[in-house]
Amino acid sequence: MTGTQELRRRQPRFLGLEPGHRACQGCGQALAAALVTEAAGPDVILVNATGCLEVFTTPWPQSAWRLPWIHSLFENAAAVAAGVEAALKRQGRPSKVLAFAGDGGTFDIGFRSLSGMIERHHEVLFVCFDNEAYMNTGVQRSSSTPHAAATTTSPAGRKLPGKRHLKKDLLAIVTAHHLPYAATATVAYPGDLMAKVRRGMATEGPAFLLVYSPCPLGWVHDPRDMIAVARLAVETGIFPVVEFERGELVSVLPIREKKPVVEFLRLQGRFAHLLGDDPKALEEREHLQALADANIARFGLLARGEDERDTVSAARVRRGGRIR
Amino acid sequence: MRAAFEGSQAIARAVAMCRPEVIAAYPITPQTHIVEALARLVYDGELEAEIVSVESEFSAASVVLGAAAAGARAYTASASQGILLMAEVLYNIAGMRLPLVLTCANRAVSAPINIWNDHQDAMAVRDAGWIQLFCTDNQEAVDTTVQAFRITQRTEIPVMVCVDGFILTHLFEPIDLPSQEEVDRYLPPFTFARRLDPARPLTLGALVGPGHYTEVRAELAADLEAAKAEIVAADRDWADITGRFCGGLMRAQGPHSARLGILTLGSIYGTLQEAVATRPPPEPVRLMALRCLRPFPVEALREACRGLCDLIVLERAIAPGAGGILANEVRAALYGMPDAPRVHGAVCGLGGRDVPLEILPRLIELARAAEPVWSEIVDLQATPPVPMEGRVR
Amino acid sequence: MLEIRIHGRGGQGNVVAAYLLAAAAFEGGLYGQAFPAFGAERRGAPVAAFVRCARRVIRQRCQVRTPDALIVQDPTLLAAPETLAGLAPDGVVLVNAGHAEALEPPPGIAPSRWIALPATAIAEKTVRRPIPNTALLGAFFALTGLVPLEALARALRARFPEATAARNRAAAEEASRRVKGGAWRRLVDARGL
Repeated sequence: MTGTQELRRRQPRFLGLEPGHRACQGCGQALAAALVTEAAGPDVILVNATGCLEVFTTPWPQSAWRLPWIHSLFENAAAVAAGVEAALKRQGRPSKVLAFAGDGGTFDIGFRSLSGMIERHHEVLFVCFDNEAYMNTGVQRSSSTPHAAATTTSPAGRKLPGKRHLKKDLLAIVTAHHLPYAATATVAYPGDLMAKVRRGMATEGPAFLLVYSPCPLGWVHDPRDMIAVARLAVETGIFPVVEFERGELVSVLPIREKKPVVEFLRLQGRFAHLLGDDPKALEEREHLQALADANIARFGLLARGEDERDTVSAARVRRGGRIR
Repeated sequence: MRAAFEGSQAIARAVAMCRPEVIAAYPITPQTHIVEALARLVYDGELEAEIVSVESEFSAASVVLGAAAAGARAYTASASQGILLMAEVLYNIAGMRLPLVLTCANRAVSAPINIWNDHQDAMAVRDAGWIQLFCTDNQEAVDTTVQAFRITQRTEIPVMVCVDGFILTHLFEPIDLPSQEEVDRYLPPFTFARRLDPARPLTLGALVGPGHYTEVRAELAADLEAAKAEIVAADRDWADITGRFCGGLMRAQGPHSARLGILTLGSIYGTLQEAVATRPPPEPVRLMALRCLRPFPVEALREACRGLCDLIVLERAIAPGAGGILANEVRAALYGMPDAPRVHGAVCGLGGRDVPLEILPRLIELARAAEPVWSEIVDLQATPPVPMEGRVR
Repeated sequence: MLEIRIHGRGGQGNVVAAYLLAAAAFEGGLYGQAFPAFGAERRGAPVAAFVRCARRVIRQRCQVRTPDALIVQDPTLLAAPETLAGLAPDGVVLVNAGHAEALEPPPGIAPSRWIALPATAIAEKTVRRPIPNTALLGAFFALTGLVPLEALARALRARFPEATAARNRAAAEEASRRVKGGAWRRLVDARGL
């Protein structure tokens, strides 16, 4: 048995991220990172961009990581990861390289190095924990912020109600690189997320995972509602959960019971200005519903009959068992 | 209008009153409250400006470069990593002689990553060709910001207004905000003669070979020297309107009889003023704060140091392998001055370490050294603050 | 000069408390300065903010190490040594606490210099949120007589929309009625205010 197999044998549920870090209560990203590192196992090297995850896990002299981990800068997680991968390849070391970044470090400032890493076909699993704004610096808008959401740099003002631009369709851009594997996942469906991590780990070449990670502080919702918000994002069609191989759609997580977007909006203070009766608010609600409907149509998200994954996972949860 | 403000809020209002047309915003602690306040004004319809929420600081600088080149009054703010990331563009802006104002909320630079105040970021780009002005308090931050817009327009040299991150940006204190009328009286509408315009096509940023590059650079250098007069005039003219003077190129206080001087940058000055006033040192001390780091005010500094035997340069930055950055510049400026004081380099407050009133006796003790102190970190903790066992190196 | 340190947890409006204290001082004709200890922390983490009040310009911008007054928004923070560290020998402590344990000052602090107030309960009643800061400020101003409550009211109106300001004013007034007005006046006089 190899060293890592032995590790797995002795510790079947691998803990890559130690609890006791300094994330806010109800942090979606913290949960996502714990699930991702559990699924990835111990034989990895992590490259982490600047952001909440890096800050709340490594307040010196403490670190919550049980894995080799490096923080470089904000814009270059993918490039640094590419460098680590190149070194491991040269030295014949089998460890897998993962890059972690938030939406800022993926959609915006990290975009260039992400594209370069994928284009050059580095074997790196890039995981974006998407909380839809620059949260660590105090909730400023990123290109991942949904249309009309309020942030501190796109406030719900008297003249302009929230962010004026659409959420960047990063998945389309990434998949346009025709990389071997790209997928979206969410903390609301942890089994699905972990299965996708394992697929990314097994990919020969670049892999990309976009993980929907609600932020109670920035989205202004009760920490207790974090999973509910994430689930509603899927059930409304706002956040499609899909898989792509070499630019082709290969699977979707179907919506069994479609919910109206307004149910998703109602839970979050960042959309509070869209709930009124004024024409602007109504227009924005319709717009967001249309975006969700467009996602549903584009990816074919509505379930046709029962979905095995959905029922099997749900049944496991009800029995109190582990998601695998 | 005199009211109590958080520094960032006051700076944002000052910027808004200068009628910027294009604002580039990328968040980085501790500048965020400035760009957020400006965004709020735009989103509420109170400020007519294009606010461009860019995808990185490199783009923030690039956006304001483009805006200025197109003939618009432009503004952005950054700090630390952002300043370093946009460094290439900062050199470009100065080399292209574009008028711009940038607020640098001084912050330490990675690695290790640290979000708190020191001056390493501004020091890293001090040779980019920008005018760099440092503020000792938020009143100066407001007044210097307004002046910066005038200085840059007249000199066609970009101006970086440095404000200590957290210590000033997040400090709540009473400030006299100028009125819109005062600002309009002082600051003319923005014009830029070389703006990009199909009606008068100009080529900006051409390739310049060895035959001409030297002359172009010499012109920037000469114009930076000449800017000293403009910086002082801008301050005096603003004082004529508001009654508030920021010291021109530097502030100095203390008796002529003083033989010991302490020179610093930024908010430490206020702490030193309080220390000297409430815990009088055994001998008179002349306190100085450089307002203008670039262009370096050699003449003003020499004048202010006349009669001193010892000068301590207290700074919040360090050049690993070469000692204090400001200390070395001061040494160079005083070199050859008759009866120049001995210069002692003292570093403190790196990464936001608090600089207490007790720093003053520490500095006075330092100046008693038999030989001039090259560079000493005066607040270095003798015992490491964390246990050392289990460390890999 | 009066130096105050405010301890709380992220999310309790610790920085706002400091800013309001300084703003109220300003409205009352004093010079007030306030700033957070480090300025960046998550919900629930211990945070501190500093305030200085004086009749003259305050120039130093270093942290308050020997506070004359402490306002503690969360009594669980009393267990941490840094909360009470540096308190002046005649310094005073105002603690947000509804239960009897917090009524007992630690050794070295006279009972007259230690006031516990159920500020969260007052806030829940008036502001309808468990944010104790304005209630504590109301009590603080009543105890010290530093500036009249009306100065705090003006500071509230400058920061919050009308309805919110009114509710917070009610919290401050309710809290001010629960303490002995002027009980800490001597300290403030001793600091030249």
